[in-house]
Amino acid sequence: MTYGAEVDPCDKCEELLQPYLDRELSETERAEAQSHLDLCAYCRKRYRFEEELRRFVRQAAVEEMTPELKQKLAELRTSLF
Amino acid sequence: MGETTPEADPRKLAEEARDRVHFEEEALDLADQVYRVARRLVSTREEAEDLMQETYSRAFRAWRSYQPGTNLRAWLLRILTNLNIDRGRKLQRSPDLQPLEEGDYYLYNRLEEAGREPNVEQERVDERLSQDDVVAALSAVPHDFRDVVVLVDIGDFSYADAAQILEIPIGTVMSRLHRGRRILKRELADEAVGSA
Repeated sequence: MTYGAEVDPCDKCEELLQPYLDRELSETERAEAQSHLDLCAYCRKRYRFEEELRRFVRQAAVEEMTPELKQKLAELRTSLF
Repeated sequence: MGETTPEADPRKLAEEARDRVHFEEEALDLADQVYRVARRLVSTREEAEDLMQETYSRAFRAWRSYQPGTNLRAWLLRILTNLNIDRGRKLQRSPDLQPLEEGDYYLYNRLEEAGREPNVEQERVDERLSQDDVVAALSAVPHDFRDVVVLVDIGDFSYADAAQILEIPIGTVMSRLHRGRRILKRELADEAVGSA
């Protein structure tokens, strides 16, 4: 991702937030985001928050299936004989 | 010709039966993980349960089309998302493509503005948001975006896997994910601090 010199580095960092946390950035882009984060407490706080938010969303969204459903799925197996 | 056909060859039949049993066991072992994704793709537990049963019934019938060694969880979810789209999504309006004002820092900034600046040294999102907030916010994300958010953020699939499951280009996965997460954060902000 290339940005013009006039772009605010924090805006640029905000754009890189998602692919950074998804580990989908190239090494160059990652290093670029990292060097900004090392210097910028504003972005660093927001990155940490996002990381924590994702963990929370993942945990909060979990609903386990019931033993009854498990049983029903097992009963769908093809009978061998 | 006197030759035994493969269908009638007892050794082949036994091999096939063994492969099928192995496939079914592996698929059932993944059911918990598949359900967690299914549950958030639809609104109610009943819908998720129906979808799971349809998916497994179809998967057990079509087991020969699964290529061993490839990602079985993704294969099952491909069946599931296709069934889900076939079931009730035809009537849904096209995704809203209006530009979103909110950026990726939106939720943090809203909390900060509301005087609830998260303390990053001891970050605890759960002090500001509840499980119900997350469930409600996820349900408010339009389907096309939610599918991608659920697969990547809850199902832990890569962009490439999500693209394969939903049969859409990887660029579309990225843009829907980007937008879906922003909508999710806007909804969470509304839950946490009220509508702007």
